[in-house]
Amino acid sequence: QQPSVQVSGSVKNEKGEPLPSVSIKIAGSEKGTVTDPKGNFTLAVADNALLVFSYVGYDTLQVKARANLAITLTPSAGALNDVVVIGYGTQRRKELTGSVATVTAKDFQQGSITTPEQLIAGKVAGVSVTSNSGAPGAGSVIRIRGGASLNASNDPLIVIDGVPLSGNNIYGASNSLSLINPNDIASFTVLKDAAATAIYGSRASNGVIIITTKKGTSGAPVFNFTTQVSAATRAKKMDVQSAAAFRKYVDSLGGGTYDNVHTYKSLLGTANTNWQDEIFQTAISTDNNLSMAGAYKNTPYRVSVGYLDQQGLLRTDHLQRFSGGIAISPRLLDDHLKIDINIKGAYNKARFANGAAISSAVYFDPTQPVHATSPYGNYFEWASVDPGSGAITLNKLAPRNPVALLELYNNTSNVYRSYGNVQFDYKFHFLPELHANLNLGYDIAKGEGQTDVPAFAAQNFLDGGQRNKYSNKINNKVGEFYLNYTKDLKQIKSNINATAGYGYYNNLSTNDNYPALRANGDTIPGTKPLFLLDKPENTLISYYGRLIYTYNNKYILAASIRTDGSSRFSPDTRWGTFPSVALTWQMSREPFLQNVQALSDLKLRLSYGVTGNQDGIYNYPYQSIYSLSGNGSLVQFGNEWYSMGTPAAYDASIKWEQTASYNAGIDYGILNNRINGSIDVYFKKTKDLLNTIPIPAGSNFSSTILTNVGNVENKGIELAINATVIKNSRYSWDVSFNAAYNENEITNLTATKDSTYPGTLTGNGFIQINSVGYQANAFYVYHQQYLKGRPVEGVYADLNDDGIINQKDLYRYKSPFPKFILGFSSQFTYGKWALSTVLRANIGNYMYNGITTGAVKSNVLNPLGYLANSLNDIYNTGFTNGQNQSDYYIQNASFLKMDNLGLAYNLGRIMNDKVGLRITANCQNVFTITKYKGLDPEIYGGIDNTIYPRPRTFVLGASLQF
Amino acid sequence: CHKDLNLQPLNANTSEKQYSNFTGYKQVLAKVYGSYSLVSSSGVGVSDVNIAGISDAGTTDFIRAWWNLQELTTDEALCAWNDPLLLSFHNINWTSSNVFINAAYARSLYQITVCNEFIRESTDEKLTARGFKENEAAEIRHFRAEARFLRAFQYWVLMDLFGNPPFVTEADPIGKYIPKQITRANLFTYIESELKAIDPDLVAPRQNEYARADRGAAWALLARLYLNAKVYTGTDRNTEAITWASKVIEAGYTLKPGYKTLFMSDNDKNNPEVILPIAFDATNSQNYGGTTFLTCSAHGTNPADNQAHGIPGGGWLGNRSTKNLPTVFGDYSGNADKRALFGPGNLEVNDVIVFNDGLSVYKFNNITSGGAIPPSPNGVLCSIDFPLFRLGEMYLIYAEAVLRGGSGGTNARALEYFNLLRTRAYGNTSGNVGAITVNDILNERMRELYWEGSRRTDLIRYGQFTGNTYLWPWKGGVKNGAGVDAHFALFPIPAAETIANPNLKQNTGY
Repeated sequence: QQPSVQVSGSVKNEKGEPLPSVSIKIAGSEKGTVTDPKGNFTLAVADNALLVFSYVGYDTLQVKARANLAITLTPSAGALNDVVVIGYGTQRRKELTGSVATVTAKDFQQGSITTPEQLIAGKVAGVSVTSNSGAPGAGSVIRIRGGASLNASNDPLIVIDGVPLSGNNIYGASNSLSLINPNDIASFTVLKDAAATAIYGSRASNGVIIITTKKGTSGAPVFNFTTQVSAATRAKKMDVQSAAAFRKYVDSLGGGTYDNVHTYKSLLGTANTNWQDEIFQTAISTDNNLSMAGAYKNTPYRVSVGYLDQQGLLRTDHLQRFSGGIAISPRLLDDHLKIDINIKGAYNKARFANGAAISSAVYFDPTQPVHATSPYGNYFEWASVDPGSGAITLNKLAPRNPVALLELYNNTSNVYRSYGNVQFDYKFHFLPELHANLNLGYDIAKGEGQTDVPAFAAQNFLDGGQRNKYSNKINNKVGEFYLNYTKDLKQIKSNINATAGYGYYNNLSTNDNYPALRANGDTIPGTKPLFLLDKPENTLISYYGRLIYTYNNKYILAASIRTDGSSRFSPDTRWGTFPSVALTWQMSREPFLQNVQALSDLKLRLSYGVTGNQDGIYNYPYQSIYSLSGNGSLVQFGNEWYSMGTPAAYDASIKWEQTASYNAGIDYGILNNRINGSIDVYFKKTKDLLNTIPIPAGSNFSSTILTNVGNVENKGIELAINATVIKNSRYSWDVSFNAAYNENEITNLTATKDSTYPGTLTGNGFIQINSVGYQANAFYVYHQQYLKGRPVEGVYADLNDDGIINQKDLYRYKSPFPKFILGFSSQFTYGKWALSTVLRANIGNYMYNGITTGAVKSNVLNPLGYLANSLNDIYNTGFTNGQNQSDYYIQNASFLKMDNLGLAYNLGRIMNDKVGLRITANCQNVFTITKYKGLDPEIYGGIDNTIYPRPRTFVLGASLQF
Repeated sequence: CHKDLNLQPLNANTSEKQYSNFTGYKQVLAKVYGSYSLVSSSGVGVSDVNIAGISDAGTTDFIRAWWNLQELTTDEALCAWNDPLLLSFHNINWTSSNVFINAAYARSLYQITVCNEFIRESTDEKLTARGFKENEAAEIRHFRAEARFLRAFQYWVLMDLFGNPPFVTEADPIGKYIPKQITRANLFTYIESELKAIDPDLVAPRQNEYARADRGAAWALLARLYLNAKVYTGTDRNTEAITWASKVIEAGYTLKPGYKTLFMSDNDKNNPEVILPIAFDATNSQNYGGTTFLTCSAHGTNPADNQAHGIPGGGWLGNRSTKNLPTVFGDYSGNADKRALFGPGNLEVNDVIVFNDGLSVYKFNNITSGGAIPPSPNGVLCSIDFPLFRLGEMYLIYAEAVLRGGSGGTNARALEYFNLLRTRAYGNTSGNVGAITVNDILNERMRELYWEGSRRTDLIRYGQFTGNTYLWPWKGGVKNGAGVDAHFALFPIPAAETIANPNLKQNTGY
């Protein structure tokens, strides 16, 4: 027993700020301590002991113990020694065999972020995150390396702390991810190639996103409080005719009548109303989060609560979220048993605005007032007055007053969700190389809400208003068990890491059915549901195994296999097998490269694998099913009314969609990893596409059927560069850049080879087509002809030269999907200041400007007894009737967006050194550079039929640590 | 634990379960009928036939889809909705990509497919194997004959509109099967043989439940088939037309007093004339096609008229008439011939898309014969049943077939039937005539049967649909009317279908 001495000291980061919670261990023992919130520590040690300082994201430092140690830790460049979560285990980044990208909290998008996926927008090569709208809590479309499927889901599998999310719709939540507080998330790991994803088998074709939530640390509790207040403003308005211009337009068309009696001019009002100004507002929001993290003895814990209050840009939109989370990680049996318990819960209280107001604000006559004496709640509405009796009759075909659409529509919901898991990892006492891991997870939710519209409201006048309820419950269960054996075989310079497991996944929804009610509570006849509830359900059972063999720390061979059985397919076709194999060569460890000083890391990865897809389709597509028709759809025989026993279309032989993927990649690090990144090339071939195709009439109980037909190929290149441009004691500048190129081609669409098959029409309004030899969802349009630069109405190119213009002259023109997706992030720090920005660009994507197709004379002056406004594009085209299939409306929607510009000031420790304070200011959606003429060039799918505008948001925030 | 993968929907039956009892059979029989009365089993907003380019499910029910093709293409109706596809019907310049043509095509074949499935599942072998008692099996045998009747009816529709449709029967599978095409003449023979083969299994005329087909319906279809046989096969079959029309006439049907009550909301009660209706009900059988469409689309914005006709929420400013329809009555005020049920509007159509141009047709009327407005959830949905076959038409088939030289009937009887219709129309014998010609029948059919879906077929039979021997306003897209090419006497197989089914050959001219 050596005499012990008391040593003390402090730990700071490279900026000279104290680092709390740094782990200090005495080398060769488990004894140690952590720094307090001021970065100080004291520890009793043997004389001359070696102390090991370690902290996540920083290089580990070993120092001889002495008095008054002043330690400075430096961030680990590229964090190449990080441990990366992969499916069912972890791997050191240096030894990864798959294409895997990680984004941790320090690199997340900043500002007011309501839903988790927005944290990584623009941050990962080959991953696009497109928000669906600017509404509070709106969801996003996430695509990894383009979509592999045509009709099944193209969404990646999202796994939170080992619980795969089902994607089931929760009633009353615009997006189920909006019930996950982004502030609880520690990191995203994106698995892109089959080597990484195949262990998730049948749900992996579209990539996998593993979300890890924040966990407990060690030592005394540290509190973190962040608060934000933000103001969301309109970034751009729709270019509609002003009241003055509109009057002039109607006047200029003379004295036409809409019914042979009344002139259009007589319909003009005297007001000057900007309807967009009437429905949008500057939206104020706050987001507050408090967390406590630390460790009690051997049990790290983290507890967090959050409160979000977000107004919508569209008036009456409002979301409140109350969230909480607990993470406890007891380490028992001398660290042989690790238990991780994660429980998260959220309660969303929302009011949803009537989105119909947005397009109505485009079309509603600007010469009419918001309010006027009327039986419709004293809002102006199009109606006719009988000259004799004075009776007022609503014009049911006219657009409705946008303000009334908002103010007389009250749709509120309450949604509860909890998800979590408990994971036991047991390291066998007699065989510590063997782990047994049991993971039990759940994801439950309950959504309920009601829509109220008063009887006098024009929007529901025929039904006498509405009082409609909706509710459902989600109950998803996950059970997984695996064994892992990891062994170093030093005598043959080998390491083996073998995993074998079983998984059970059950997704059950309980959807309630309600009759449609009038405002006074009466049931609208014919709407009483036949069944009070429905319980759609699907189950997946899986077996999987993986072997990673490493030779001499340089050559890594990884192989995995998974077999999945799905309740969606018949016993004959239900099981699918999904193998993968990958090879990694740590080239920088070869002698011939070890002398290259500049090269700190170089790794070559090759992989091949097969994954499947079955999500996003109906639960029972292989069965011949009869369902009964509801009230309102009954058939009269004699004096009785009968429910119809209705056969559904089915394909008894429906089965898995399969994607074979090839990937070649290089991970590199230069100048001690100051510059690092990766390059990947991939090729994905999907066969037996789950594809809804038109079928010959008479062959099934529908005009279309979901079946396995067709092949799609995706190929692309991805590049990521992270660089520390400047780094010294006062300045630092880090940038990262990612670029992805993806090319998508349909190579087969029909069961039988048929060169004359033009393809399957898709898209909203069927303006797009899936055709062999083209990208999915190519626009399918006529080629507009121009005279003196103006499009000529109805004059199109006779592309097949047969003398007539008909559907044979439609052609495939451009694609809604970008060829290139670019992301750029920069963070510049100077002393206590930090300036950061994120830019994104999509190149090569086109958009159908659908809202503009309505800017034609026959919409403004129609025979239905009202006037409708139009976009100013009406002066560019002069069209009388809609020319919806003209390529005039296909516009280049390539863009460069600055998502975020942020400035932060770190006050350091204040209030007698008790509190750390950081103040931030952000602007989101700063600018967009595009040729696209509509409101926003970023709409997933390439069809623009009025979008809820994405706001420009100004955010002020403070973060306190104590 | 792999049994957990055998999941079934909570609220639906597998086909074995559906056909395990009598109630299940009757529910599928309801679908056999509901396939032509409603758009789907999932309410008014969803359609059995999802056609690329049609977003409004209410345009895809049988009556509306068929009516568009049979009436908007003729002098009886034109539509003010500024839809190029509808305009092409008046202009008679439609193409194979017209989705409204596809709606009629797909709807007919959908009902045929549902009939095939029922016929397949109701063979005597299956009924025996499933252990049905003889009384239930006998009932199901009637059901099966009715499914065969409805299949024959839809094949008649397809033969009339498209000539050479695909041909599927219960012998073909459900799946990804590609049906073969049948020629018009062969299809004629098939329909004829089916209608005769099912005769013993159908219920006797007027003895079945309301809105279900009986022998009278099959005979009526045979009469219609034979009347048009020359168009379908090149050979006149007027003698058979007389035979089968006579069988219907002698089966005990009588004219419903008061012509206008045939088209009112209580026309399912005390109606001795209708042989087979398609039943609609604003509460139980909701559909924005059917008679709701025929009523609402014919009304404008006049609240008093709409209220008086039981559609206070309706008025779609759509269909009205060309002047040829009212003027065929001479005095079209309705004071003399009470079948002239017209509303306001200009006789001349100067502008096709102005609803006021053209007299309104107030034939379909959603009030009871007692003047009451039936319940409707929104003042739009109607409860009028559509008369698919009725005695009035049989009288005119008999008369026309006699005048066209068929045997087995007499001129005197033909004149008697003709005058029975005119007596009802005038309320007395003042409108009766002493002699009739073949051409008189065409005009009388217009007066008696306008807007009931027979006009295009009639004009074709009389050689007046295409060509320029007979013109009406806006025929051929010209205000005074212009001749059109003969190939328009058949509709094209929809373009989408020629893609999906490589076995189909397009009709000449498209």
